[in-house]
Amino acid sequence: MPYAIEMKHIRKEFPGIIANDDINLQVEEGEIHALFGENGAGKSTLMNVLFGLYQPDEGEIYVHGKKVRIADPNDANRLGIGMVHQHFMLVEKFTVAENIILGREPTIHGRLDMTKAVKIVSDLSEKYGLDVDPMKKVEDITVGMQQRVEILKTLYRGSDILIFDEPTAVLTPLEIKELIDIMKRLVKEGKSIILITHKLKEIFEACDRCTVIRRGKIIGTIGIGETNPSDLADMMVGRKVNVRINNAPYEPKEKVLEIRDLTVLDSRKVKAVNQLNLTVHGGEIMGIAGVDGNGQTELVEAIAGLRKVKEGAIEINGNDVTNHKTRKIIEAGLGYIPEDRQKHGLVLDFSIGENMVLQTYYKKPYAFAGVLNNKVISKKAKQLIHEYDVRTPGEKTLARSLSGGNQQKVIVAREVDRSPQLLVAAQPTRGLDIGAIEFIHGKLLEEKEKGKAVLLVSFELDEILHLSDRIAVIFEGRIIDIVNPKETNENELGLLMAGRKKEEAQA
Amino acid sequence: MSILEVLAIIVPSTLLTAAPLIFTALGGVFSERSGVVNIGLEGLMSVGAFTAAIATLFLEHAGFGNASPWIAILIAAVAGAIFSLIHAVVSITFRADQTVSGVALNFLAAGLTIFLVKLIYNGNGQTPYIAHNINKISVPVLSNIPIIGPIFFQQVTYTSYLAIFVSFVVWYIIFKTSFGLRLRSVGEHPAAADTLGINVTRMRYIGVMLSGFFGGIGGAVYLVTITANYNVSTIAGQGFLALAAMVFGKWHPIGAMGASLFFGFAQALSITSQQIPYIDRLPSVVMMVAPYVLTLIVLTGFVGRAEPPKADGIPYIKGQR
Amino acid sequence: MSKMLSKIQWMKLLVPIVSVVLGLLCGAIIMVAAGYNPLLAYGSIVQSIFLQPYYTGETIRAMIPLVLSGLAVAFAFRTGLFNIGVEGQLLVGWFASVAAAIVFEGLPKVILLPLCIIAGGAAGGIWGFLPGFLKARFKVHEVISTIMMNYIALYTTSYLIKNFLYTEGERTPTIPSAASLASPTLANLTQGSRLHWGFIVAILAAVAMWFILWKTTRGYELRAVGFSPDASKYAGMNVSRNIILSMTISGIFAGLSGAMEGLGTYQYMMINSTFTGIGFNGIAVALLGLNTPVGVILAGALFAGLQTGGLTMQSVAGVPVELIQIVIALIIFFVGSSYVIKWALLRFSMRGHKN
Repeated sequence: MPYAIEMKHIRKEFPGIIANDDINLQVEEGEIHALFGENGAGKSTLMNVLFGLYQPDEGEIYVHGKKVRIADPNDANRLGIGMVHQHFMLVEKFTVAENIILGREPTIHGRLDMTKAVKIVSDLSEKYGLDVDPMKKVEDITVGMQQRVEILKTLYRGSDILIFDEPTAVLTPLEIKELIDIMKRLVKEGKSIILITHKLKEIFEACDRCTVIRRGKIIGTIGIGETNPSDLADMMVGRKVNVRINNAPYEPKEKVLEIRDLTVLDSRKVKAVNQLNLTVHGGEIMGIAGVDGNGQTELVEAIAGLRKVKEGAIEINGNDVTNHKTRKIIEAGLGYIPEDRQKHGLVLDFSIGENMVLQTYYKKPYAFAGVLNNKVISKKAKQLIHEYDVRTPGEKTLARSLSGGNQQKVIVAREVDRSPQLLVAAQPTRGLDIGAIEFIHGKLLEEKEKGKAVLLVSFELDEILHLSDRIAVIFEGRIIDIVNPKETNENELGLLMAGRKKEEAQA
Repeated sequence: MSILEVLAIIVPSTLLTAAPLIFTALGGVFSERSGVVNIGLEGLMSVGAFTAAIATLFLEHAGFGNASPWIAILIAAVAGAIFSLIHAVVSITFRADQTVSGVALNFLAAGLTIFLVKLIYNGNGQTPYIAHNINKISVPVLSNIPIIGPIFFQQVTYTSYLAIFVSFVVWYIIFKTSFGLRLRSVGEHPAAADTLGINVTRMRYIGVMLSGFFGGIGGAVYLVTITANYNVSTIAGQGFLALAAMVFGKWHPIGAMGASLFFGFAQALSITSQQIPYIDRLPSVVMMVAPYVLTLIVLTGFVGRAEPPKADGIPYIKGQR
Repeated sequence: MSKMLSKIQWMKLLVPIVSVVLGLLCGAIIMVAAGYNPLLAYGSIVQSIFLQPYYTGETIRAMIPLVLSGLAVAFAFRTGLFNIGVEGQLLVGWFASVAAAIVFEGLPKVILLPLCIIAGGAAGGIWGFLPGFLKARFKVHEVISTIMMNYIALYTTSYLIKNFLYTEGERTPTIPSAASLASPTLANLTQGSRLHWGFIVAILAAVAMWFILWKTTRGYELRAVGFSPDASKYAGMNVSRNIILSMTISGIFAGLSGAMEGLGTYQYMMINSTFTGIGFNGIAVALLGLNTPVGVILAGALFAGLQTGGLTMQSVAGVPVELIQIVIALIIFFVGSSYVIKWALLRFSMRGHKN
C-alpha cells in the first residue's frame, strides 16, 4: 500500500538558514505520525511546504502514491490535506459556522445559505464527537472549542490527512487527553494524522511512529514500541542533554515579594487572578506551574504595574507597590524577563546599546540634565555583550537582526545587570535552542545563589521541576497548592494543574 | 415659516448633498472591509467628477441629450476603478504604507485632472458647463401625497434615491453573500483566509477597485447634480467628508449611508440656515464643522465604539503572522 | 553578512534618489505624450532657480514652510505617528500669529515678533495636542482625527477672519511691521523676492528636532515609543504622555510653518476656501527626506525649487504648472514603494556581481 504522504529530498532555504535539508518523510495510511524536534528544527517549515504555504527549493511530494505539486493551500485542500494551526487561523468576529464554511460556502444563487451551513457543521460535529456551537462568535468561545473549530474546518473540506501543529500548547491536561481521544477516533474513521510536537509524553500516548528532525535534517523514523523517552530525547538534541538542576542548598532569606489577596481582571473584565496569595524569599526560585490562561500573565503584569490591581496588595522589599507606575516598581527592585521578548522585551529597531539601557537611560551616568551620554551607553553595552556572550558584530547592531537566543541574552543581561532584588522570568526559554536554554537556566540559578528572589513562570513542567525550590500551582487565578519539587512528580503536578486538590490527587 | 416648509427646504437639500457622499463612503467601506485604508477617496471623487464633466460634454455634443449625464456617471465609475488601481498596486503589491499611497493618490488626481483640463481646453483651468444636468424633479404621483410628498418627493434628483437603494445592495453583498464573507475575512484575518485558499491579494484588489468605482460615481454625481463644471475647487473636501461618513457609520454600509445623510443635513443647514428661524442665529461655522466634530466624538467611543476591521491598513505578507 | 548590511544602508539612501529620478522621468514622459518639450521645461526650472536671483529667493522662501511642515510630519513619524493634520495646524498657526500681531499692535519689535511666532507655534501645538490626546486616551487613530481637525481648522479660521479680522480682499489687515519677518535687505538681494528671515526659524527647528530626538532622554523615549509602544511600556515609560508630546511638538513645527506665511511671506491671512497644500507637501518632504532633519531640508529644497520653477516652466515651455504636482505625487508613490525599489536594486546589484 502506498504511503498517505511521502516527501522526498525536500530542501527549503531562507536567507541565511537552511530550514529543511534533504528531508524524507513517510506517513502510512491510518497512523498517527509524530514529527518530533526542538523549536526551530524545521518542523513547521516542512509542514508549511506540505500545506502549500511555502514552495520547496528541491524535492518531491507524493500523496497516496501520486506525485503532486502543491502550489497553495487550495491544492493541499484538494488533495485532502488539512492543517490545524498552532496559532488558530480563525476570524474572531465571525461565527463558528462562518469560519468553517469560509472559502467553500453553501449558497443559493450567490446568497449564503447559513441554515444549511449550520446543519452541516452540526452534523460533522456530531459525527466526530467535536462539540461546538455553530452560532456563537469565535471571540466568545473557549480555546478548546476554538481548536475543535479548526479541526472541523479541515473535516468540512473532506481532508483525510490532518496536520496538527503543536496542538497541546494552549490546552489543559484534561483537554489534551480529550484531543488525543479525538485523534484516535479520527484515525479509526480512516484519517491519517501528522502530529508536530516537542513533547515526549504526547508521542508515547498518541502516536504509532515518530520521525525525529534536528537542525533541518531527518535523524530517523522509529516505531513508538521500539523506543523509550530518554532515547528519543537524545535523538532530538543530538547529544546528552546537560540539564541544569537546582541543587544548591535551599536557604531562604527575608521576604522579597509578598502578594496578599490579589485580584486582577483580564482584558475582558473577568477575574483572571482571584484572591491570590504568594510569598517569594531571597535565595529561592519560586516556580509557577499551570496551564496557559490560568492567570499567569495577569499576575506577572500586575506585579510589574502593567495591569491594574483590583483588590489586594503587592509588596517588594517591604514597600507597597500596588498599582504603582511601572517605573517606580522597577526602581523598587524589579527585574523582568517578559514572555514575549520581541514585543515586550526589546525595541527591535533600536541598537543593542540602546536596548541595554531601556530602563536606565535617564539615570546617571547614562544621562545628565536630560541629555544622553552616548559614550557611556556604548561602553556599558560593549561590556554586557562581552559578559553575556551575545553573538553580534557590535553594540550598534539592531536588536532585530539578532537570533532569538541572542535577543534573550540581551534582555537577561540588561535585567540581571541592574541587580534587582526580585527577578520575574516569564517563559524565559520558550522557543530557544538547547544552548541558549542552558545559558539562561544557569543565569537564573546564579541569581538565586546571589540571594535574589526569582519568580519563574513556565508551561514546561521539566523546567519548573528542575529549577524551582518551591512550586506554586496556579489554577483559575489562585495558588491551589505549593509543593516541594523533590517530593512531587509530573503526574501529581498535572492533576493539580487541572484543579484537583492534593488530597484528591493522591486518592 | 412652518415646520413643514422648513423641512421641504432642508430635506431635499439634504438628499441632494448626501448622494455623492453615500456613493463614495460605500466605496470606502468596500476598500477598508478588505483591509486597505483608503484616504484617497477625495482623489477618486476628483477623477470621477472630471471624467463626468468631459464625458457629459462629449456625449452632449454627440447628441445623447438627457442620457448624457447618466452614461457619464458610468464612464466615471470605470475611470475611478482604473485610477484606483494605482492605489491597489502601490499599497497591496508594493506594500507601501496605505496612508502614504492615499495621500499621493489625492495629489495625483488633483494635479492630473487640472493638467488634462488645461491640455484639453487650451490652458483654461476649468471645463465649460454641461448643458444636461441631472435635474431636480418632482416624482410623479408620490409628490402629491400630502406632507410626505413635498418633503421627500419634490425638488429631488433620482441619484439620491439610487444612492439609498445602492446602500442596501452593498449591505446585502457584504453581509449576505459568499463574496462578502470572503471580503470581510480578508480584512479581519488575511492569514486565515489564505489558508482556506482565498486569494488575499485578489480580494483586496477587488475591494480597492470597488472603492474607485463608487468613488468615481460619487464624484460624477456631485458634478452632474451640483456643480456642472470641473475646476480646481470642484471637489474640495467631499472625499474626506465621505471618509468621515464611513468612519462615523462604523464601516457599515447602512451606517455610512446614515452618516452621509446626516452630514448632508448639516451642510444643508449651513447653506439654508439663513432662511430658518432660530438656526439663523447660530454661526454658520457650527454647521460647517459639525460633521467633523461629531466624527471625532464617535471615535472617542462615547457613542459606542467604532472599530475598524482588524487587519485594516496592514499589508499582508505571506508566512508572517 | 556585514557587507550585506552596509549594502542595505547604502540602499536606504539610494531609494529617495531613485524615486526622484523616476518621478521626473515619468513627468517627462507625460510631457512628451501631451506634446510638450520636457528638456525645455526642466531646463527652464533649473535655469530660473539657479540663474535668476528672484526665483532663487522665492525658492528659499517657499522652502521655509515646506521644511517646517516636513519636520512636523517627520517628527511624528519618528514616534510612530502619522500626522496628516499639518495642514490644519499650519492654518491655526498662521491665524494665531497674524491675530496676535494685529491685537498687540504697538508693542516693540523685540517683544511683538517673538510673541507672534510663539503664538503661531502654540496654536499649532494645541491643534496637534488634541489628536495626540484622543489617541492616548481613547485610541482614536491619528490619521482620521487629524483629517477631521484639518477641516475644523479650515472653517474656523475662515469664520474668525470673516467676523473679527476682516478687511477688503477677503483677508485680514496687514500686520504691523513690528511683527514682520520681511526684510528689505533680503528682498533687494534677490531682486524683490519675498524672501524673509523665517529661514533662520526653519534651520533652528531642524537643529531642534535633531537635538531633541537623538540627544535627549525625552527623545530616546519618543523614539522607543515610536518603534515599540509595548516594549516602552514594559520598560516603565509613559506611552500616552509621549504620544501626546510628540503630536504637540509636531503641531508646534506645523504652527510655526503657518506663522512664517503670516509674518513673512504674506504679512496677512486670506480666507482660505481650500487648503494651502503645504501641509500635504510636508508629508512628501518628510518621506523623501527619510524623516531626518538634513533630509527634510534637502527634500524641501527640491520641492520648493520645483514649485517655484514650475511657474517659469508654465510661461517658458507652456506646460501647466500642475505637472509639478503630478511629479511630486509620483515621487511619493515611488518613495512609498521603497520595498520594491530596494528589491530591484538588490537584484540589479547582484546581477552586476555575477557578471
